[in-house]
Amino acid sequence: MSASTSSTPAIYGLTAEFVNPSELVAAANRARIAGYRNMDAYSPMPIEELNEALALPKTRLPRLVLAGGIAGTVLGMGLEYWASTIAYPMNIGGRPEFTWPSFIPVAYETTILGAALSAVVGMIVLNGLPQPYHPVFNAPRFHRASQDRFFLCIESADPQFDRQGTEQFLKGLGPQEVTEVAW
Amino acid sequence: MTQTNYAAPADFIARSRPALMAGVVGVVLCGIGFAVAREQFYRAYLIGYLLWLGIPLGSMALLMVHHLSGGAWGVVIRRIFEASSRTLPLLAILFLPIAAGMHSLYPWTNETLVAHDHILHAKSPYLNTPFFLVRAVIYFACWIGLSTLLSKWSLAQDGGDVNAARKMQRLSGAGLVIYGLTITFAAVDWVMSLNPKWFSTIMGFLFMGGHGLIALAFTVVIATALARRAPMDHVFKPVHFHDLGKLMLAFVMLWAYFNFSQFLIIYSGNLAEEVPYYITRLSNGWQYVALGLLLLHFVLPFSMLLSRDLKRNANRLITIAVLVIVMRLVDIAFLVSPEFNSAGANLHAGEDAVSSAFVNWLDVAAPLAIGGIWVAYFLRQLGSRPLLPLREPDLAKAIAATGGH
Repeated sequence: MSASTSSTPAIYGLTAEFVNPSELVAAANRARIAGYRNMDAYSPMPIEELNEALALPKTRLPRLVLAGGIAGTVLGMGLEYWASTIAYPMNIGGRPEFTWPSFIPVAYETTILGAALSAVVGMIVLNGLPQPYHPVFNAPRFHRASQDRFFLCIESADPQFDRQGTEQFLKGLGPQEVTEVAW
Repeated sequence: MTQTNYAAPADFIARSRPALMAGVVGVVLCGIGFAVAREQFYRAYLIGYLLWLGIPLGSMALLMVHHLSGGAWGVVIRRIFEASSRTLPLLAILFLPIAAGMHSLYPWTNETLVAHDHILHAKSPYLNTPFFLVRAVIYFACWIGLSTLLSKWSLAQDGGDVNAARKMQRLSGAGLVIYGLTITFAAVDWVMSLNPKWFSTIMGFLFMGGHGLIALAFTVVIATALARRAPMDHVFKPVHFHDLGKLMLAFVMLWAYFNFSQFLIIYSGNLAEEVPYYITRLSNGWQYVALGLLLLHFVLPFSMLLSRDLKRNANRLITIAVLVIVMRLVDIAFLVSPEFNSAGANLHAGEDAVSSAFVNWLDVAAPLAIGGIWVAYFLRQLGSRPLLPLREPDLAKAIAATGGH
């Protein structure tokens, strides 16, 4: 969207439709090598190789999960400490009130709970969900990305995006069809 | 697939010579120890033996798990597992010093002691010298039988036997049950009976977890060395080390889980016949060993292995693998040594004595002696076959550019 372009792109991007996952991975690899970064792939099932092919940035999710897990440990152990030494201290078999070895299983469970919840919530938030509208659904036949087609979308936000040049490039990748995606 | 036959690199297999020389140095040191401090020698030998026994047994167990589950992680290291499990006949021979040292190691072999002690007398139908030896023969017969058949069929598969995979899979199901039972009894016989009045039903699992862990750590060391040389430099990919690292992480957690289960149950029960085990190990200096184990056998490897980048980098993963192998030695010493006094005499053999933390130079010499000989024999076994199962149906997928799982 630099000033030198004659008109601001009026479209979201261009999609290329492929019939199998290996074509999609090959296309994504070539697009990355050609310098495109603002692009995404859509497929009916997870394709591990796409992470590398699309040069996706590292996700921050692991750190969130670690933080959630540590918070779970602290909260679980803290709850047990509070309950057994402050709120309702009891002498059980002459053991100390803060019998930490016995508290580990519960603190472990709350660790898992904290980590799992932050993984689910973090995944949803980092993915920008819920998202009631996304322009890529304007692409004709895009519903087949949930069935049997594989789409690569180069977005107009990419600095290298050029309405004609990018279309030629995508057509050179051997797709079924290249279509415009309206905003 | 390419035409290469994946022969082991000669310069790597030639390392069996320095390993053997290290072993000979260890044997000489053990010989001196045997002459001057026989009880210390037997105790240290038991520790060293149990350390190295874990690698072939863990390899055999993981090999059987792989035959049942499949997966690229196992295809690329199958020949390392097989070579390792073929060393079991050597370990059967190396068991002889333990059989010879029974009377020094195990108090229940002392007939006068048994005659005057009601508990030991009641246990004597199981804990007696002939039956102990018969059981050891049974364990080794099972282990050698399983590992020999698995290796034989794997070689037959290379030769074109299409039924081999099915046979290996069938045997592995029963084999894992046999391994679980034999190692449970072996752990009771060889370690738990050092203190014949104490019992823990999870002892066998502690050994299974330890075996899986040291077998994976050792395999990472060998795989990293092989990945630096042709022909395996094109085979091992970050994804393979990633899988091995994940499995190591799982076994580190499993080890901690089993140990904590035993500790929590004994701590909560607080029964007079169970707690002495932990009272001994949490006082007189042993508590620092316990703390060291907690930090270096669990916390450190666990936190490091969480990192995806570390697991995918063989050169960094190998440092964790070496740490794990060293900590396995400390863990086994922590199971065995606190049952002895610092002169190497079993505490339960005579009047009750207290064990203070100690380490003897034989604790290094014995693992060196057994390890040197074992590694030399292992490398010979590794060199005797192609480094990959050439006609394994999943091979092409496992070594494809992206690497499978």
